[in-house]
Amino acid sequence: MKNTPPTPPSDVDIEMRMLIEAVYLKYNYDFRDYTGASQKRRVLAALRTMECATVSELQARVMHDPAAFAQLLQFLTIPVTEMFRDPDYYLAVRRLVVPFLKTYPSLNVWVAGCSTGEEVYSLAILLHEEGLLERTQMYATDINPDSLEAARRGVMPLDKMRLYTENYQKAGGTRAFSDYYTAAYGGALFDHALVEHVTFADHSLATDAVFAETHFISCRNVMIYFNRRLQNRVLGLFHESLCHRGFLGLGSKESIDFSSYAQRFEPLAKRERLFRKAGT
Amino acid sequence: MRFDPAPVPAQSPAPSDAVLRAALRGRRFDAVVIGGSAGGVDALVALLPAIPAGFGLPVFCILHLPGDRESRLAELFAERLPVPVREATDKAEIVPGTVYFAGSGYHLSVEQDRTFSISCEPPVHFARPAIDVLMESSADVYGPGLVGILLTGANQDGASGMARIRARGGFTVVQDPRDAQVATMPGGAIRASHPNLILPLERIHALLPMLETIES
Repeated sequence: MKNTPPTPPSDVDIEMRMLIEAVYLKYNYDFRDYTGASQKRRVLAALRTMECATVSELQARVMHDPAAFAQLLQFLTIPVTEMFRDPDYYLAVRRLVVPFLKTYPSLNVWVAGCSTGEEVYSLAILLHEEGLLERTQMYATDINPDSLEAARRGVMPLDKMRLYTENYQKAGGTRAFSDYYTAAYGGALFDHALVEHVTFADHSLATDAVFAETHFISCRNVMIYFNRRLQNRVLGLFHESLCHRGFLGLGSKESIDFSSYAQRFEPLAKRERLFRKAGT
Repeated sequence: MRFDPAPVPAQSPAPSDAVLRAALRGRRFDAVVIGGSAGGVDALVALLPAIPAGFGLPVFCILHLPGDRESRLAELFAERLPVPVREATDKAEIVPGTVYFAGSGYHLSVEQDRTFSISCEPPVHFARPAIDVLMESSADVYGPGLVGILLTGANQDGASGMARIRARGGFTVVQDPRDAQVATMPGGAIRASHPNLILPLERIHALLPMLETIES
């Protein structure tokens, strides 16, 4: 069956491309290879909050006011995450990855696109319970400075603790989850010892290079926002960063089947989206 | 929030096949998107078998599902339909003639290059996947080539999606609220989008195979 040609771009689609290009040229944040539909929804949400009538108006403001860009950046990045999200993933990391990690005298773990830190603290807890945290250097990277700052602080909303406790238990947690945080001022402040060996750093998967050799990379629900070209770039970075037979964990609906790197990672746990760098 | 659907003017008696064909005259479609919530599984079980073997359009189905449970809908319908049935996966190319189901826990969108993308932005109308998200992104890609069908449900999701389909020149069909297990969702969409047709499920069943025949 023949498809009719794509419908011509709407005004909003044209404005979107101009905005994203302007953000790149002016602030060197590269969102050009993000998937369009979700990005558009989030920019339209920014229009409402920032009280702009059109994307062009938003673009003009962002061009001339760095504070407006900082505000837009909170929409362009996607800080939606939870601790021990998809408990089966963490359970599989415990059962299938940890035994290999235990064979290394020292470990480098990279949480790429760490957002506000939920996954960093979850993995730190897991590594702590497996006796690995002391010898692990963790890199938690993101492009959003506000998210990195929140991750460093380690304060989670108190009303989430019930869900997170449930997740933690399903994820194979061996202690009382409340041992890891102190409730104060409406927030749950996580034990700073968990992130003593974590380097929180500004790193863009779209424009920056590999910075360390790693044994395990966890990058969940980040590449779903990238088009295939950027997804390929990122898998290339991961392949380069991972040590011989290193481990990669992705989000529960992510796939590398459409990537040119599909053959260079082998599935370790298909449903939990754990992969291992293929031997050469 | 309003939850008492105002009385809805629907065609009565239900239109004949000839009337349905007349409504579609001069149209040419590239894709179909079907949304539903409460009562939606039963409605799809009744509706989807209308799709004949060799059907030429991709069909995107989206129902509200509990977020932590894996959707078995694709499996369920694979056994019942004469066309390929899949869960819509991230970055997968949309293949004409395939029935796709939105998976649980993530929003589903259609991209300009006619691939799917998923995202975990916050729920819309308490729903993830949300019907609005899939319909709005599909409308932006297919424009007048899109058919939107909204079925039974107890939620306002889908109303803006159907309005977007109409605004981009697409064709919209809402289940007659009097025929729906739960009238809220079709009622909301009728108020928000002035659909092309308001039909009982049995008539949508008759309409579905007509969507790929081109008439001038």
